[in-house]
Amino acid sequence: MTANEIREILKEVKDPEIPTISVVDLGIVTDIKVDGNDVFVELTPTFAGCPALKIMETMVSDRIKQVDGVGEVEVKTSFEKQWSTDLITEEGHKALLQHGLAPPKRNCTALNMEVLEDTKCPYCGSEDTTLNSPFGPTLCRSLHYCNSCKQAFEGFKPVVN
Amino acid sequence: MDFFNEAHVDAAKELLYKMADDQLIIGHRNSEWTGFGPLLEEDIAFSSMAQDKIGQSEHLYGLLHELGESDPDTVAFTRNAPQFHCCHLVELPIGEYDFSLIRHFLFDMAEAIRFEMLANSTYEGLAQIARKYKGEIKYHTMHANTWVKQLGTGNEESNARMQNSLNESWNLALGIFEPGPHEATLKEAGIFEGEAVLKEKWLELVTPLLEKAKLQIPDESTWVPVYGGRTGTHTEHLQPLLDEMTEVYSIDPTADW
Repeated sequence: MTANEIREILKEVKDPEIPTISVVDLGIVTDIKVDGNDVFVELTPTFAGCPALKIMETMVSDRIKQVDGVGEVEVKTSFEKQWSTDLITEEGHKALLQHGLAPPKRNCTALNMEVLEDTKCPYCGSEDTTLNSPFGPTLCRSLHYCNSCKQAFEGFKPVVN
Repeated sequence: MDFFNEAHVDAAKELLYKMADDQLIIGHRNSEWTGFGPLLEEDIAFSSMAQDKIGQSEHLYGLLHELGESDPDTVAFTRNAPQFHCCHLVELPIGEYDFSLIRHFLFDMAEAIRFEMLANSTYEGLAQIARKYKGEIKYHTMHANTWVKQLGTGNEESNARMQNSLNESWNLALGIFEPGPHEATLKEAGIFEGEAVLKEKWLELVTPLLEKAKLQIPDESTWVPVYGGRTGTHTEHLQPLLDEMTEVYSIDPTADW
């Protein structure tokens, strides 16, 4: 068993609040160590107050324990590394779109209203959108409106360190 | 924490307690807007910020646990007001919306700078958390600044309400920076530069922002910081908040949902 195999398997574990994206594509699996049959996984939180953190820890641990021949499994949430939305993979951006969420802009150097206002509609792709609120139904989402297809939509907020 | 001697541990604990308690209490106050915001987006904004603050406090209580204090739930839910170290600003009732906004502005600007300062702390566990929180709090300061500016420059009534709340909150906000007994130790150990430095940086940050919002900082001759919170002296508003916050825990400490 290798770390890469574990990473592949963890692509089956989805974010409980955004069921199209895996924890791997979300970029929160920041370390995998395999020592003989024992597996260690480090998770790096998106938002410190995210209620899905502990659930994802359990989901990751449960999935690895199902793998044949696995011994001890340790999953640890750590702040040692820093998560930012740039860690979401290209696959992850597609998965967000599939869930009707506008993916976060990449390589933002600063966070301001302009960055948030500049969000493409996930339904019709129009850039003619309005930011309604930087706070949405979960800590990671913002609220927008598309002036082109007249639909309200949500965006995944950029997190810049 | 091998770089810590006993004095450093005491100093770090004092710093962590006041930060965690401030966040837990303002988080609970912010959550009181859930369902009552003046518009839906603001309802959601205050609820989200509440969730951030309470979540952030948990990790700070986690650091305290590493330093030998009880676990986060016990620390958060079993102390009474005299054992809390929050400043008076955060414990006051939410009042009118203008007060909650001004409080959120003054408090979060200070927090944002505190996290910036702590991001380089020699206390690596705290530095890691501060580096994380300084990213998250940008959404709070952006929200605060947008609304303070909008209402400060809105119409006569909105400006007057904001000015009134600023006058009422100013000395309370200065109470955030009540010096602790370990300022010198914290500085000497490279853990934190201290409340006095934080206060200066905060003044530099909020002064131009309030000016842009057409709001006037009260005259310096009237500044009397409201101290006492850091050493357990609180207003009559804190204990009822704690009673409500811990109601379920008090009935059944093992309750789960």
